[in-house]
Amino acid sequence: MSSTVEVEPGAAPESVLVTADSCENFEHMNSSLEEIKNLIEIKQAAEESTIETVVSENLEETGNFSECDDDEDDYVQNSEWTSRKKQVFVLSMAGKPIYSRYGNEDKLAWLFGVMQTLVSFVQSTNDDCIKSIHAGDTTFVFLVKKPLILVTVSKTHESENQLISQLNYVFNQITSTLTLTRLNKIYEQRQNYDLRRQLTGAERLIDHLLDFTEKEPSFLLGAVQCLPLASSVRNTISSAITGACNKIKNLVFAILLANNKLITLVRMKKYCLHPADLHLIFNLVQASESLKNSENWTPLCLPRFDSSGFLYCHVSYLSEDCQACLLLLTVERDVFYVLSQAKQAIVEKLRRTNCLEAINNSLTTNEETCLTAGFTELRHYLYKCKSTAQFYQPSLAPPYTLEKERLLELYKRAHQHLHCSSRPLKLVFEKSSKEVVLAWDTKGFELYVVFEPLIDTTGAINLVGKLLNWIKNREDKLFHLNAPTF
Amino acid sequence: MKTVVGKVVVLGHLGVGKTSTITRYVENSFSHQVTPTIGASFFTCKITVQSIPIKMQIWDTAGQERFKALAPMFYRNANAAILVFDITNQQSFDSIKTWVDELKRNVEEAMVLCVVGNKIDLMHERKVSKEEGLKYSNSIGASYFECSAKDDQGVGVVFENIALGLLRMSVGKSNNTLKVYDDDINDIMAKSSELDATDVGNEEVVSISIKSIAHGDTVSSKCC
Repeated sequence: MSSTVEVEPGAAPESVLVTADSCENFEHMNSSLEEIKNLIEIKQAAEESTIETVVSENLEETGNFSECDDDEDDYVQNSEWTSRKKQVFVLSMAGKPIYSRYGNEDKLAWLFGVMQTLVSFVQSTNDDCIKSIHAGDTTFVFLVKKPLILVTVSKTHESENQLISQLNYVFNQITSTLTLTRLNKIYEQRQNYDLRRQLTGAERLIDHLLDFTEKEPSFLLGAVQCLPLASSVRNTISSAITGACNKIKNLVFAILLANNKLITLVRMKKYCLHPADLHLIFNLVQASESLKNSENWTPLCLPRFDSSGFLYCHVSYLSEDCQACLLLLTVERDVFYVLSQAKQAIVEKLRRTNCLEAINNSLTTNEETCLTAGFTELRHYLYKCKSTAQFYQPSLAPPYTLEKERLLELYKRAHQHLHCSSRPLKLVFEKSSKEVVLAWDTKGFELYVVFEPLIDTTGAINLVGKLLNWIKNREDKLFHLNAPTF
Repeated sequence: MKTVVGKVVVLGHLGVGKTSTITRYVENSFSHQVTPTIGASFFTCKITVQSIPIKMQIWDTAGQERFKALAPMFYRNANAAILVFDITNQQSFDSIKTWVDELKRNVEEAMVLCVVGNKIDLMHERKVSKEEGLKYSNSIGASYFECSAKDDQGVGVVFENIALGLLRMSVGKSNNTLKVYDDDINDIMAKSSELDATDVGNEEVVSISIKSIAHGDTVSSKCC
């Protein structure tokens, strides 16, 4: 298969995002925070210690969650949790319940016991690690990430790797609220600790994250989608942010997003943001209605950036008349007012340069469907540029407007073909009575296309070539090609 | 014309309605499905008491335990604290006491304290009596109010009381962290925003609104 495009669409000399494979194991962690802090020699030691003492104080109070033993027997069969397509559980190494996607963890305590036993049995008998159990159409996947155990029970057709990736996201979400260092410390001090005390309110974020990973192709691709904007507008926005922020010390990232799409990301030289971290930020913003009403200041750990500590984050929406969310992330905990002023300056600049209007216009215009773009035999596609970890998809068109889930399942299946660890394919062409799916993995990009069912291979290949050209011609608008720094 | 600018921190157990109380006052709105506050939110509002404008910078803290370590950042240098509990929840009332103890241990400057029992629309489920609340508030020198952010009852009084407290404090000269400006605050703010946007990151600009203006020295002729 050849196309006339020389450089893949969306490629850029420098990327704002760390590029990575979505299925890659998340174990590798950076220690960027330490680096930034050392670089500028802030006396943070004192502050760190205050946090630690509070943690240990909290640990001394005992958890007083009531154990509900009453109708435990009935609960075994309760359809509130048994009827679901996919369950997700989180427990401690000691078997204490931490999170259950559906149902009440306390009433399911016995089940958590079983899961813990399975893990520890395999561990103790041959010093091995349980990965998965397959029983009929149900897959049980275990992810042991000390000090936690994550389990999913799935009747969906997702691959083991995809399920593990989802569990990794859940682990990262927990790390993001507590930091890995603190998580480890908690369990070092008390193996029996009830982590739910620390996670109150964060279950909501995990719930939302799980739904999110099941609805959005961005998680599957390990990439983010950008809000389409003329490159001049995007550059003006970026320079408004750098202009207002370049004198502020220790600001690491400035992120502007709207409607689950990235508008721009300005970063400190040397540091990049991992798409997985950006996904957690998208999740936080989407799940928290309350951020809309005010300026907010919150600690946030980005596990792929640095799992050992918090960044402090100024979160606010640009204005009443422009619902884009601006996040300013710094390593300093006392600079709220400085960032608040910077935000005001950014908004004023954006208003003067008509960028707010441009953002609003882009938000209200529906993106093109394949049909309106002139591709009659094409129904939908995902295009991911690997070197920048960004992707593009057109608007949904019938029949998938009503079958969004099935469309994503098609993509998941095709993705699995390309990324299956034992026998990865480069090109997949799959015909069924309902549609034709083509998936193509090259050095520079991944492309997943869904065609009308009657198309033949030659037709499909011709169309793919045309499509790549179409995207190439619009890459300025569809992708964030610059990697601005402060 | 003098202006008083005070920092107000709102503390309390999770789910007692801190955010709801503030948004009821600041925006006069109420949401039934408010999501828990993440970290802390910042609001400002202005009240005029005895024809003196009082600007309150309100820090709405998250009630969840993991954010407890952050609280000092918000109550440090605060001039007033609103301690909110839920009248249908004894535990939330008890946690007020731990907050007060913490404030007493860590804040040296005088503070306007105000205990607020929220959710009086759920009167039939009341667990903490008015007498109990009043008695405790008196013992710590705080004023006591009951309100319902949902039904918009008694919320305004809380903030007016805080404003009045701040005004008294500004006259008493007893506090070093409270800011009193001789000029109208809007003039000061206007100056800082007139600067070119690209200069705003500059530290000098930041300090305009905070330190470079004399404060605490103005004596008003009249006092309540």
